[in-house]
Formats: sequence, C-alpha cells, structure tokens
Amino acid sequence: MQEKMRKRNQTMSPALHNILLSVVAILLSLVITSIIMAAAGNDLSEAYAALIDGAFGSRNAIANTLAKTIPLLFVGLACAFSNKGGIFNIGCEGQLYIGGLAAAYTAICLQGMPRFFVIGLSVLTGMLCGALVGGLNGFLKAKLQINEVLVAIMLNYILRYFCGYCVHGPLKDPEASVAQTVAIGDEYMLTKLVPKTQLTTALFLGAAIVILMYFFFKKTRMGFNIRAVGENRFAAQASGIAMSSTIILTMAVSGALAGLTGVTEVLGKTGKFVDGFSPGYGFTGIAVAVLGRNHPVGVVLSALLFGIMEAGALKMSYAAGVSTSMIKVMQGLVILFVATPNLVKFLGTERGKKNE
Amino acid sequence: MNSLEYVFSIHMLLSTLRLAIPLTLASIGSVICERSGIINLGIEGMMLAGAFGAVLGTHAFGSPWLGMLTAIVIGGIFGLLHALLCIRYRTNQAVSGVGINIFASGITIVLCQVVWNKEGLSGEVAQIPTVTIPFLSEIPVIGELFKNQSPYLFFTIVIVVVSWYMMYRTKIGLRLRTIGDNSKAAATAGVNVTKYRYTAVIVCGMLCGLAGSFLSIVQSNLFVKEMVAGRGYIALAATIFGGWNPLGSFFASLLFAFSQALRIHIALDIPEQFLQMLPYLLTMIVLIIAGRKVKGPQESGDIKD
Amino acid sequence: MYAVEMRGITKRFGSFTANDRIEFCVEKGEIHCLLGENGAGKTTLMNILFGLYKADEGQIFIHGEVITKHSARKAFLCGLGMVHQHFMLVDALSVWENVVIGNEPGKISLDRKESIRRVQEISDSYHFGLDVETKVGELSVGMKQRVEILKTLYRGAETIIMDEPTAVLTPQEVKQLLDIFRDMKKQGKTIIFITHKLDETKAVSDRITVLRGGKSVHTVATKDVTVKELANMMVGHEVNLELKRPKVPVGDVMLALKNVKLLPNAQNGISLEIRAGEILGIAGVEGNGQKQLEELVMGLTKCKEGTIWMNGQDITRWSTRKRVEQGIGYIPSDRHQRAILPGFSIVDNYLLGNQFQDTYVHRGLIRQKILEKNAQRLMEEFDVRAADAHQNIGSLSGGNQQKMVFSREVGKNADFVLACQPIRGLDIGAIQYLREILLELRAQGKGILLISAELTDIFGLSDRIGVLYKGELMALRKNEEFTTESIGLLMAGQRGEI
Repeated sequence: MQEKMRKRNQTMSPALHNILLSVVAILLSLVITSIIMAAAGNDLSEAYAALIDGAFGSRNAIANTLAKTIPLLFVGLACAFSNKGGIFNIGCEGQLYIGGLAAAYTAICLQGMPRFFVIGLSVLTGMLCGALVGGLNGFLKAKLQINEVLVAIMLNYILRYFCGYCVHGPLKDPEASVAQTVAIGDEYMLTKLVPKTQLTTALFLGAAIVILMYFFFKKTRMGFNIRAVGENRFAAQASGIAMSSTIILTMAVSGALAGLTGVTEVLGKTGKFVDGFSPGYGFTGIAVAVLGRNHPVGVVLSALLFGIMEAGALKMSYAAGVSTSMIKVMQGLVILFVATPNLVKFLGTERGKKNE
Repeated sequence: MNSLEYVFSIHMLLSTLRLAIPLTLASIGSVICERSGIINLGIEGMMLAGAFGAVLGTHAFGSPWLGMLTAIVIGGIFGLLHALLCIRYRTNQAVSGVGINIFASGITIVLCQVVWNKEGLSGEVAQIPTVTIPFLSEIPVIGELFKNQSPYLFFTIVIVVVSWYMMYRTKIGLRLRTIGDNSKAAATAGVNVTKYRYTAVIVCGMLCGLAGSFLSIVQSNLFVKEMVAGRGYIALAATIFGGWNPLGSFFASLLFAFSQALRIHIALDIPEQFLQMLPYLLTMIVLIIAGRKVKGPQESGDIKD
Repeated sequence: MYAVEMRGITKRFGSFTANDRIEFCVEKGEIHCLLGENGAGKTTLMNILFGLYKADEGQIFIHGEVITKHSARKAFLCGLGMVHQHFMLVDALSVWENVVIGNEPGKISLDRKESIRRVQEISDSYHFGLDVETKVGELSVGMKQRVEILKTLYRGAETIIMDEPTAVLTPQEVKQLLDIFRDMKKQGKTIIFITHKLDETKAVSDRITVLRGGKSVHTVATKDVTVKELANMMVGHEVNLELKRPKVPVGDVMLALKNVKLLPNAQNGISLEIRAGEILGIAGVEGNGQKQLEELVMGLTKCKEGTIWMNGQDITRWSTRKRVEQGIGYIPSDRHQRAILPGFSIVDNYLLGNQFQDTYVHRGLIRQKILEKNAQRLMEEFDVRAADAHQNIGSLSGGNQQKMVFSREVGKNADFVLACQPIRGLDIGAIQYLREILLELRAQGKGILLISAELTDIFGLSDRIGVLYKGELMALRKNEEFTTESIGLLMAGQRGEI
C-alpha cells in the first residue's frame, strides 16, 4: 500500500502537489482554529457567518476586504519574488517602513506640484528606498557571504527606529499628539474607488504588478535567470548567469515591492506616515507567499484569503464575541503547516498505514 | 547627582542587571538551540507564550512560583513544536519560527479574552516576591545588589555559569558543539544527534518561557498583549554578538540592557530611537566586519541526512 | 591468522553489480593494499566490511568469527576503524576534542587533563608530531588526516581501513604517512589501504589485492610482483574498440592551456592544445585534477596561475557567460549539479546555457515558439525519449537526461566541446550513441576536449591522449603511441618507458 502511495506522489504533477499542499494547510488550520474557537466558547456557525458577513456583507464591506488585501498582496509578492530566486526576504518589515516614509516625505516636500507628478515621484522614491535596502542585503550576501536572514532582522529594527526617530522629531506634525508626519493632503492621495472605504487605485497597481510578475517570470530572460538561480545555483552558474548581480537584483526588486506596501499605506490609507503603522505585514507577507506557492496568482488568492480573515475579524468580534486575534491564530497555523513539505506525504502514508 | 555620576552609580548597575535578565535567559536558550544546528526565529513568540503562561499559572494555581513553572512548561511545549516541525517534518526553520511568533501572538490574546474577558489584557496577579539575602546585603556598596532583589537575578547568574560550564567543560557540551558544526562527525562517533537536537530546542523553549515570565510576573503583575516588544530579537542579536557562547551572550545582553537603562534613566541629547537601535546596529557592524568569519554553528539551518 | 576475511562477497545496486563474488583476506599485523581504478568496487567492499552496507551474498569473518548482523557499531566493537577520504572534523574544536568525542573520559564533566594526556600519549607513540591542544582548523591537510587516524586508534581500533589516504597529500606528507603506517604495523596494527597509486603500494604493503570491474582479480605478495604486472591487472588487457575513427583534417588551435595549475600541490601547470577536427582525451583516475580542469576551462573557478586561450584570444579573465557566448558546448561531469534544473520542464532546460543567444531570447524576451520547436527537433534527433516536452526533466531516465544535455550542447553549434565523464552511469545503448555523436562532431571540424575515466572512451575516441596524475600531465601523445599497459602505469603515477 505504501508503495502505491509513493508512486502516486511521484506521478502527481508538481503544480497539483503544490496546490494540494496549500489547500490541506488551510483546511487543517481551519479545523484546529475551529476547535480552539469552540473550546473558547464561541458558537462556530455564528462566528463563520459573522466572518462572511464582515467580509462580504455589503458593498462597503467588500471594498474594505479588498483594501485590506492590498498591503498583503504587495508584501506577499515581495516575498514570493525573492523566494523564486531562492532567497528568503525576512526584511520586508523594515523595507516597507522606509518606503512609506520616503513616499510621505517626497509628497510633503512637493506640495503645490501637479498631482500625477507628486504621486508618481512618491511611489518611485518609496520603491527606490526599499530597493536600496534590499539591494544592500543582497550585496552583503553575494559578496561577503553574510547570512541574509540575520542582516534583515537587524535592518528591520534599525529602519523601524530610524523612521520612528524621524516621525518623533524632524518630521513630526507639530499639531498632532501622536507621532506622525503632517498630512500629505487629500489631493495627493490615491483615488478612492468606493467612497467612504479604504479601497483605492492601489488595487490596479497591485493587479498590474501581478500581471507584470507573471509575465516577467514566464517570458523574460531575467526572470528565467532568477528562477534558475533559485532552482539550482550551480547549473545556473555553469550556464553563464552572473551570480552576484542576480542575487542583488532579486533582493532589490523584492525590497522595492515591500517598499510599495508602505507607499500604498501612506498614499492610500492614512495620508501620512504614522509611527508603527504596520501590524506585522512583513511577516504575514511570508505566510502569504508560502501559501501562494510563490506564484503570482497564488499570492493573489492567498492575500485575498488573509484579507477576508482580517476584514471579517472585526465583525466576528462584536457579532459573535470571537477575539479579534483568532485570525492571528489561524494565520500562524497556516504558516506552520504550509512550510512543511512533508505534510501531504505524511498524511498520505498515515492513511496508507491505516488501510493495511 | 548629575548625569555622569548617575551613569556609574549602583542604581544604574542594578537597573542594567534587571533589564538584562530576560535578554540573557532567552539568548542562552537561543545559543543552545543554534549550537545544535537549528535556527530559532520564534524566540519572541516563545517568550510571549511564557509571559502569558506565567500569569495564567499564577492565576490558576494561586502561586507565582507555580506560575513560573507553568511558563517554563509552556515554553518547553512551544520548543517541542518547533523541534518536531524542523527535525521530523523538515519544515523550513526560519518560516517555522515566524509561524510560532504569529501563532503565539494570536493565541495569547485569545486566551486573555477567554479567561479574563478582556481584550489583550489579563487580570492582575501576584508577583514573584523579592528577597533580601541576610549576610551579603550588609556589605557596603555591593550590598545593594542583595537587597530587595528578585530571585530571578540569581537564577540567571546561575544559569549563565551552568550553561557555560555545560558547554565547554562537559561531555554533553562537546557533543552539542560537534553536532552543530559537523553532525556527521558526531553521528559516526556514536552520538544520538536527533536526541540532542530535540533536547536543545526544548531547553531553549523553556529558557525563553522563563525569560517571558520575568516580564509578566516579576517586572509587572499582569500580561499585556505583545509585551515582549522585540526583546526576543534583541536576544537573538545578543546571541550573535556574543559569539554563540553563553558568557558572551550574557555580556552582550548586559551591553544592550545598559543602552536600554540609559534611555530610561538619563536624559541624553541622543534621540531615544538611536539608543533603541543600538543593539541591532552593533550586531550589524559585527556581522559585516567579521564577514564570513562570523562562525555560527556551521550547519545551522541545514538538516541533512 | 586472518584479521579479516571476506568470502564470496556480492553486492548489487539495482542492475549494477558493484562487488562480484569477491575474495578478500587480510592477515593480522600486515599492511594490505586494495588496488583498483575508480568504480572497481573498492569503497563498496570496505563499506560492507565496516557495516555501512549489507552484502547480498557472502560472509565476513573478523578474527575468525563469522559476523552475522553487521553494523557500524559492531565493526567498531570488533576493533575496526575507518579513515574516510572526506574528513569528519570540527575545525573550531581542538585535536583532542575531535578525538575523544563519543568516548570522553569523565562522568558528566569532561576530564580535560585526562583527555589531553591520553590523546597526546597515543599521538606521541606513533610519532604524529601533533600538539593535541591545537585547533583542527589551523592544521594542514596532512595533519588533519593524522587526527582522523588518531580517532580510530583512540577508540581502540586494531584493524584500520584507509580510503585513498594519499589523495590530498604532498609528496613529503605521503612519505610521512607511509612511515606512520610502518610504525603502526610495528605496534601490531593491521592496515588495509585503498588506493590506485602503484608507487605507494610497492613502498609499504606486504600483500596486494587487485579489484577490477567488481571482481577480485588477484592477490599477491608485494615482493613477488612488478609494477607493470600490477598495472595490467588493474586496467586489464581487453579494450573494446568497436568504433571507427576515420582520418579527419586537423585545423587551427581552438583551445589552449598554458601552464595552468590544477592542484595546489602540483609542481607544474599543464599545457595543452585542442585543434579543430580532433578529440583530445584526458585519461586518469578521478580525483587527479579533472574537476579542476573542467571548472577552469569554463571559468567557474578563477585561474590563478597560467593562461587559457580560445581561438587565439586570452580568455583567462573572461566570465563564464562570455566563454559560453564565444562558443563552448559543455557537458558537465556532475550532471545533476551543473547541467540541469531538476524541477523545471525539459523545454525550460533547453533554454539553460542558451538564454544569451539571440535565437532564443530577443531583447530580453524568450522566444517560446522557437525554443519549443528547437527542443522538439533536438529531442527527435537525439532520441530523447519523453512523453511530452513539457514534462519535468526529473522524470527522465539518466540516459535520456544525458542525451538531452548532449542534444542541447551540440545544438549550440559551438566550435568547441568540453565533454566530461560523458557516459558515466549510462546503459550500453546510450553509451554507443553518444560516442558516435562525438565522432560526428569531430568529423564536422569541431574541437573536443574529452575528460574521461573510461579507457574505452579514451582509446576509442581520442586522436591524442593526455594522462592526468596529481594535477600534472604525465604524458601527451598520439593515441597510437599508448598501450593499455603504458597508460595504466601513467595513470598510477609511473613515468618511465612508454
């Protein structure tokens, strides 16, 4: 029986295997979260009904669900991009902060200029700053062989505190009681797609990047090179691909995308840089990317799933009394399950053993 | 007393020591874990779980000491989780750590609501009482160290000494260090690599749990969400900065705690964020200067065989 | 009295028989040499002796006792110790720490003084010249090897197996090692040492067993046999020459190496030239600089001493990409590591190495249709059997994968081809086919550098032959000027008459 199981796993196409793994991970986390919810005394049907309602109950609800998906999408794409290149980018948190700050600062400095120009330049500076940080990490890895995970964690905090300093000090809004910059002004914010929600044109930007990324990896040489390095760096090297520059580029692009997360937060949501605005996007992004198997479409679906959970959490809380952090529990479980490559095999052989 | 005097006062030393306690404990746990070849990015989550467990235990059993024990057990359970995932199921170690952090963050808040019906806050509980050691507290100047002092300080010092001794003077330590650098060498010498790895990671969890309990039932008397506030990552920095050595971790923790104490007690011209940044900046500089010579355990992060 | 007896040992890996009814007996207190080329079955046999593999047939006796359930632990208990080719040491720890691990004196605490005393004692009694408190990372390779030997002695080994111990040593270190063997023998130890080098064999062993093609060919007393005879036994007389090698006009020099140093211990660099329309075969037992040669030609390793020329241009400082673009077809010796992207489709693998060619990628965009058309064409031409070109390359058999790599590299239409161990691990059909392709390329006027441990390849395909030994070129002559015997001698390190 185990022989058959093994053969079946071998002949299953890798794409199918990947999707199966993600689905199983989601289902398992759902099951365990439900158990926890039940143990906490929540009514499951009420809870899930509230979740769906909170996420899809009205036009505004759907818009807000999408709005919550956007930052997760960008940061998920950032992590997916670097994963494709075989590199783990845990530095998204710092990169999104510096990206957001750069965008806010640019917009503030350019007050009075035409809208398109200001927004365009702010987006670019935000991405550039993210790219520089990512590129630095890549450089240290490629040329000095320094562990990119350790560097990224240090940079996360360095950047976070640097932004904190800026926003408590030189860039602080003198009239505000909390640490934040002055508002960049409504005319420089991204257009809202649905009034009174937080859904902006950032959605289109996200969609554009998804398409670009798909196209990039499927059709361009650079995309192929990056994937090759991620798959087998020795064969990539033997084929003539320049290792250092590819690694640096991969991390820079990943950093740029992470920076974009901060940019859309400032330009789309709050209109200013608020100290500590990220609820841990940098880490959730890792979950989104892994769950989405690093494929642009997968990342979209995965970000959407997380966005739904975030959007529905509030309603689940006041309608069904579920703690708002239950979502975090589920997210954590998803990460743990989905990062386990042997998960499906493990389940397979377990079932196999039982049937014998 | 002006600022400069204050810096060198006994007050400052005491404050530094206290702030260093959670960092040291977690950092030593991390050293032990990494020496066995397993990366643990979930220190933050394990500390958080421990902090919560301490409060829960104190509340449930009516004694802060049992609360402390609960923290250690819960930390150990999280350690077991990480060990299982990484060793048996070959989970990506970095991702597993991140998952544990997020999971711990969520579950502690959820449980706060379940037990105390409050959002991200627990009820108040008893604290670990301070002690005054009779003889030693009479000594001038250093006697302050032994007056109204938390027993955790003494535990920590003992743990530093014991773990250093274990690592460099016992058979277990030799085997552990070999496993992290060349697990094949250890395996061919007859050492049970898997058993050592599991033990190392669970011990790490336990120490992180203990570290977390300091935050909730010693320094404070309740649990607040996210109360670890990044100390887990500072502990990781201390591990690296201290060269994956218990004694080094202790000194690194002291250094980082000192910058924290500076920030709290003294009004310096330096913006406080830069002081907060200091541990990470210093570690980053160490990483760059030493470059490829920064020898973490050679096999860290790779489970082969 | 035999220390070790292996009777009728047979071991198969799938359809491949690594050990075929081998008879191997070692007397107590002797130095016994196990001689043979790569792939002859030596390491497999020793792994069986050491309990790492289980023999399919045959019996093992240690000190007269038959061993039933064998394991590494049992081997160790029976007084066997093995020093592997790849050291298992921790650089950051000291010599004594590396030696005592697993068997440390003391209960919980490590008894440092006692450990150091014991280890130093053993080291001194064999004149190892080690200060056991030094960190292993600071030692030379020769010294590190002594630490490995120390490990076995500390654990009480009476019979010590050394796997290709001199592969990584300088000539001086080799002399010292052989002296150590003599010391150990004086103290009553039995030594089995695996090698392919004849001079060392003659220098120190009492008896020699020659393995060839998985069989034990001969066991002789060292004093009763000449080096020539050993070479013959090792390499064999019959060389299958079914290939026809027509005369082809030879053109300009395509690739030249001038004084390129392959190995750090080599005295001289190597110099060679490959012309259009010729195949230069580099023979030699693996591990004598072949991998280094391969990587230097491709630019994967920096060339520190010497120069490399292609078509009259100095390409020593050129990147791999530039060399590939200039025109090299590269068939790596380690297919899995260097030639393919395992998780990718067959079509995508055809792009590897071709992604800088305008035919396949124009202005940064992949010309998918052309790629697929060419992939299909090449697969047909080279008989790469797959259900669908889009399937995962990992699903192809080894032979088909190699055919795919060949087809890709030949499809580049490069003027120069570097083929390394091209037929390793393949079945007869694929082997024959690929050899014919190499001859066809030669007829088309391409220059081919063939690096192979298979003498059939070397003799069947090469116009000229060079023999690598310890990173140096022992000889470089026309094919016809060699005999199996002479090449065997050269491969084993014996210069002298042709």
